[in-house]
Amino acid sequence: MAAGFKTVEPLEYYRRFLKENCRPDGRELGEFRTTTVNVGSIGTADGSSLVKLGNTTVICGIKAEFGAPPTDAPDKGYIVPNVDLSPLCSWRFRSGPPGEEAQVASQFIADVIENSQIIQKEDLCISPGKLAWVLYCDLICLNHDGNILDACTFALLAALKNVQLPEVNINEETALAEVNLKKKSYLNIRTHPVATSFAVFDDTLLIVDPTEEEEHLATGTLTVVTDEEGKLCCLHKPGGSGLTGAKLQDCMSRAVTRHKEVKKLMDEVFKSMKPK
Amino acid sequence: MEESMQIETKVRAESGTESGPRGASCTLRHFACEQNLLSRPDGSASFLQGDTSVLAGVYGPAEVKVRKEIFNKATLEVILRPKIGLPGVAEKSRERLIRNTCEAVVLGALHPRTSITVVLQVISDAGSLLACCLNAACMALVDAGVPMRALFCGVTCALDSDGTLMLDPTAKQEKEARAVLTFALDSVERKLLMSTTKGLYSDTELQQCLAAAQAASQHVFRFYRESLQRRYSKS
Repeated sequence: MAAGFKTVEPLEYYRRFLKENCRPDGRELGEFRTTTVNVGSIGTADGSSLVKLGNTTVICGIKAEFGAPPTDAPDKGYIVPNVDLSPLCSWRFRSGPPGEEAQVASQFIADVIENSQIIQKEDLCISPGKLAWVLYCDLICLNHDGNILDACTFALLAALKNVQLPEVNINEETALAEVNLKKKSYLNIRTHPVATSFAVFDDTLLIVDPTEEEEHLATGTLTVVTDEEGKLCCLHKPGGSGLTGAKLQDCMSRAVTRHKEVKKLMDEVFKSMKPK
Repeated sequence: MEESMQIETKVRAESGTESGPRGASCTLRHFACEQNLLSRPDGSASFLQGDTSVLAGVYGPAEVKVRKEIFNKATLEVILRPKIGLPGVAEKSRERLIRNTCEAVVLGALHPRTSITVVLQVISDAGSLLACCLNAACMALVDAGVPMRALFCGVTCALDSDGTLMLDPTAKQEKEARAVLTFALDSVERKLLMSTTKGLYSDTELQQCLAAAQAASQHVFRFYRESLQRRYSKS
């Protein structure tokens, strides 16, 4: 009976729950889904992580390769993120060149890396003007149940913390790079940006961590990326219903709480991994 | 009726923020807007902000492809073409921002199963490009007669390393700034429709920029009103 009503009038069905300040899956309006993270599962990648936000699953693999530094910044390396939303994760995507949502997500991740200065690009330089590391970060969504941006940001952060780069020496005589695979070191991660996404319903109600159905029914979305000191790296609000300054403030405080939760989870995971 | 009106206004806005010390005098650059300059699109507008210029054309409500049609509202599409080169991922991201902003104000329910296409061409980029694109899109939608529940405008704020706020920055100011924030505000209640930011900034700085943008948007909306009044009073 409820299933029939849900198919015919999904918005009304939803509003009945929102009136009682809860959602169909039993969560509160400000509650996140269960977050799990697994690091280092891909042996062939230099760094990897798997993040699950409820049913949304994103896997991140990072490969490091050599490249020539850009001519206008000879002491910097590259970080190239790419988000892949394949037909595997949702019926909405088709195979072929990346669709709009994948491109927007890739641009978002590139902006977060750039704005938060998560890695100093100078750290990736081996020999100024000649050789630098290029980190290819591939984020593949295995299951799309809403809130892709949060999951991707978290997966990227966890994978970057897991990356181990071998030591490289430039041989003076032959001018070739000698890679010492026995000696590896972790990257210097300077900040920990964490994304928190909200969906706006009926121009007034804000819910956190929307599922895919909620994203469709919502009249707008908002993603806030914060770092440890409470500074904002990104306030991504692609249109949708208007928000007042006070509502933004509420979102900011929720984002700061979420940052603490995620940081705690990450610290636990990395502590349990250290003896390797 | 076919004549195009060229309206020019010099706008000066004082800082609208509550706390005095940081807010330097925030000046918006010289604005100009020309409507109805292309014959083929249903509506067109060219918006100039200082040296930044964007040309917008609107086609709609028009026929929509079956796989893109929505049964109860109009399908909005935005195409943004950069000045040089082929459109890339950054353009796709900006198209999504502009499209979602337009979707929030356009009354799509009045034209179900149709498509409204907004095409933006960047003529010159001297800073605050996204804001100029939003303003051009709004003027073009008005020229095309697309029903909207509010007008919208784009305002860019830049924060430099010592926290000084600059409205409508030039390309040089944007490059040297610590953070650049672009907002789209609606005309009815000055609510925040769209926001995209670059760089690091704090919570309080965000609220300051938002307040300054809301004050500046009043001038932009007044400019819209004056330019439309002048256009329709002559014909």
